[in-house]
Amino acid sequence: MADGINTSPNYFNALTAGLWKENPTFRLLIGMCPPLAVTTAVKPALTMGLCVIFVLVCSNMVISLMRNLLKPHLRIIMFCLSIAAFVTVADLYLKAFAPDMSEILGAYVPLIIVNCIIIFRAEACASKSNVLVSILDGIGSGSGFTCALIILAGIRELLASGKFADIQVMPKGFVPWAAMQMPVGAFVTLGLLIGFAAIITAPKKD
Amino acid sequence: MSNISVLIMAFLSVVIVNNFVFTKFLGTCPYLGCSGRIDTAFGMGLAVTFVTTLSGILTWLVDHYILVPNKLEITRYICYIIVIAGAVQLVEMYVKKFFPPLYKSFGIFLPLISTNCVILGICLFINIWGINNLPEVAVLSAGAGIGFTVAICIMAAIRETLKLADVPPALKDAPITLITAGLLTLGFMGFTGMIK
Repeated sequence: MADGINTSPNYFNALTAGLWKENPTFRLLIGMCPPLAVTTAVKPALTMGLCVIFVLVCSNMVISLMRNLLKPHLRIIMFCLSIAAFVTVADLYLKAFAPDMSEILGAYVPLIIVNCIIIFRAEACASKSNVLVSILDGIGSGSGFTCALIILAGIRELLASGKFADIQVMPKGFVPWAAMQMPVGAFVTLGLLIGFAAIITAPKKD
Repeated sequence: MSNISVLIMAFLSVVIVNNFVFTKFLGTCPYLGCSGRIDTAFGMGLAVTFVTTLSGILTWLVDHYILVPNKLEITRYICYIIVIAGAVQLVEMYVKKFFPPLYKSFGIFLPLISTNCVILGICLFINIWGINNLPEVAVLSAGAGIGFTVAICIMAAIRETLKLADVPPALKDAPITLITAGLLTLGFMGFTGMIK
């Protein structure tokens, strides 16, 4: 490895960058379909997040292993094919062991194939770095994505039905906000959360 | 079997009532990232429409005549991706040859169309809805692309005006675009129940 000298601090960075500094949903604004589509409740969001972590780690590992064989113009299609293989595994696993979740998530599981996060991590990290860094990067980015999903789903589920992960939280008199269940709730909540993230990070830039 | 009114209904349904961007959140990335200017947005919409039509029909044919008879459904996603990537490559070559200025203005977005959720989405939904005649498949796939074009053009028109607005600094760019999109979906919800 040409960059053998400075690989040791990379491991920690690779793991933590995705959590906040390069959080896919709040900071990089990529892979926006699942955060909007599957966040009506916490459980499907968590399932989705775990699927994405699995696919991201596996595909990062495979792409990192074959990074020296990739031709530039065939790169994206090779990424997609390796991702599609792992998504098929995840989809069949869900169908077999969590049929109700598979029912709720529907087409959004196969749509992980075209999720920008996975292709972006393959392009930005896995096709350039060694296997261990790629795996850590996959875990970090995937967890950041899952956290974002759960925050968004938590807010929406709490306001739409007064529950959190199917447990009643709000007091009896709470009037559910039906709009939170609908697409408009997803867009507006995510917009406000990204604005909030921008406020938190703004002073550091100065 | 497939009379004309069924086709028109299917088309209206997928363009307006069940618009992929507004009700299924597919294609949100280019919808937010590529809607800064109306001409780019329109070009993007046309390219996506062409690819959805082509790949919707091709994936259906592949699924119906190759995968299902040979019991190869397990490789469905991989085959879909290969077909879509091929179709995108075709469009890219065509645009590069005949419309060089358009090709330049697309930049990185054109190869990225192959990873646009609308395209894989319509292929998967045609499969999930169990559509089994070719005209309806063609109408639905073209309709999904046109619905995306409508959505991204409306968004681009709003954002061009929004540039002059006085938006709080924290909400600049992405957040205000998302909130605008939310209000737009609210508007499009008015069409619910128009069909079926």
